[in-house]
Amino acid sequence: MKYLVCVKQAPDTAELPKVKAEEAASGELSIQLVVNPWDEHALESAIQSSEDYGGSVGVITVGGEKAIDALRSGLAMGCAEATLIEDTEADAWGVATLLAAAIEQMGDVDLVFTGQLTVDGNSGMVPIALARKLGWPVLTGVAKIIEVTDDSIVVERVVGEARLTVKTQAPAVLSVIKEIGEPRYPTFIKIRKAARVKIPTLTASDLGVDAPAPVVQMDNYRKPPARDAHVQLFDNASDLVDALLAEKVL
Amino acid sequence: MDFAFITEHEMVQKTVRDFAEKEIRPVIGEYDREHKYPHFLLPKMAELGVMGICIPVRYGGAGMDYISLGIVSEALEWADASVRETIAVHLALNAMTVFQWGTEEQKQRLLAPLATGAKVGCFGLTESGAGSDVAALKATARKDGDDYILDGEKMWITLADVADYLLVFAKTDPAKKHRGITAFMLERGMAGLSTGAIEDKMGVWASNTGWIAMNAVRVPARNRIGEEGEGFKVAMSALDNARYTVAAGASGGIRAVMEASLRYSQERETFGKKIAEHQLVQQMLAKMALNYDIATLLWQRVGWLKNQGVRNTRETSQAKWFATEAAWEAASDAVQIHGAYGFSAEYGVERYLRNAKGAAIYEGTTQIHQLLQATYALGWRRDKPLRCELPAYDPEYWQE
Repeated sequence: MKYLVCVKQAPDTAELPKVKAEEAASGELSIQLVVNPWDEHALESAIQSSEDYGGSVGVITVGGEKAIDALRSGLAMGCAEATLIEDTEADAWGVATLLAAAIEQMGDVDLVFTGQLTVDGNSGMVPIALARKLGWPVLTGVAKIIEVTDDSIVVERVVGEARLTVKTQAPAVLSVIKEIGEPRYPTFIKIRKAARVKIPTLTASDLGVDAPAPVVQMDNYRKPPARDAHVQLFDNASDLVDALLAEKVL
Repeated sequence: MDFAFITEHEMVQKTVRDFAEKEIRPVIGEYDREHKYPHFLLPKMAELGVMGICIPVRYGGAGMDYISLGIVSEALEWADASVRETIAVHLALNAMTVFQWGTEEQKQRLLAPLATGAKVGCFGLTESGAGSDVAALKATARKDGDDYILDGEKMWITLADVADYLLVFAKTDPAKKHRGITAFMLERGMAGLSTGAIEDKMGVWASNTGWIAMNAVRVPARNRIGEEGEGFKVAMSALDNARYTVAAGASGGIRAVMEASLRYSQERETFGKKIAEHQLVQQMLAKMALNYDIATLLWQRVGWLKNQGVRNTRETSQAKWFATEAAWEAASDAVQIHGAYGFSAEYGVERYLRNAKGAAIYEGTTQIHQLLQATYALGWRRDKPLRCELPAYDPEYWQE
């Protein structure tokens, strides 16, 4: 079984409040970049599955040169190989196009894991668009891997308040939620190796596709209004309940 | 000159800072209050590779360099000094001493289990009447056939009750004073060896501090580290390594109280404005920022020298002296900035103040380091080559 985890280098959420709207619009962020936290869960679940059921795990990303750091993190956690697709312009559909071309070129990928969202784009579209491009089934909201066989996978999905046990044929695309498992710490021995690996870089032309032009244009970046937090004391519970009802908290 | 970390340093820093934030910070306050040693951290740190980070892979370590050891020390003390102390003692004082002075057989037999974390080490030099004055130690070792018989007591020993391997120093020839000291590796379970805890410390409550009693402990000669009479040099070289981790750790302590102070001073208001807008508070914040950078540059210089295989006793002493005093001042100022909340345990900065004092005493008091620096400056002190130097970092050899 060959697993492939799609990751993204994303802003550290602890530093997001520092980002100015103009900075976000330019795409040049001066804050710390980290592996998208949801993708760390995808890495963990793929690596754990390979340990439980056999197989190897690769990691792939679409981005600029800095995105290599995200790939090295995946290698340090336990991935065997990494691939960078160099493109800094692609939107979610473009990313899916490039990833699909790379996966078809690899030819031996059985299961693709992604995080449910990225903390910057928040669209959750890439796994779905990728499955559409590949013509593979997609399972979203995956909370647990129950079983992996040579040609299928059984997972638990969370859909609203329901939990579904679903089996699908491989190859397939899965997007996971945080419940699937806490990401492991990379060991220092693996860090040392990951830091020195030469990571292959591909472009759209290497993959035989046209660099997809963005179909989504972002034309207005602004920060959310500051929340009006204040403390209010009530003389009795009834007034408190009325206030909560008025604010639609209850 | 290049001050930038290489990729693996950045990755180690991120990993160990994450580890400190998620695994240590949330619980260490409780261990501190209850005076409990966090045993649960040992296997976790072993799994990461912390217990032997700068030991070659062939001896069970992670095969990283000495700067990585500093990075780990800084991050651990950001969470709590007691956890950094574990690495200073287990790795810098014990395992690295076997790496530097041990025979190949000792490296295979003693160092490998230490580096993997299968065994924990401690360092028994100090006695009730012999701290900075090492030559005054009273413990004795008498040759008996192929063994030595050790008698005496050690005090203020970090990890005394936790360690499996206890590196102790005793006089094989008392008449020769410091030239008559020899180092031995004792193993938990040897007849006549006992340990116990020392309570009622001012700080590092989550650390295990204790005593070692040796009552005719029979130690095979193959557990002697270095030659007979070489123990003083063995001990001093071990202290060079540990003082490096203390210095790097202290910079982590400064970072912790600086972060807390920056946060609190921008929340708390007095006289109609944030206290960060008061210039006397800014002065304390500025001093913390400056001292953090100085302390960091000093320990990183030592890490670089160690990587080159260059003797660094003078530079290590400077780093340890400066960083531990700066950590004490930063923690004191952090308590001041936090006011009454700083004086209470609620915000945790008082824990850093209590912990910081110990570091200005152990591994050579501030005054000992001042004397050392004066003798270097006056030209009265020159470091002579040792029979066994700490090996320079060699990526190829380290990782084979």
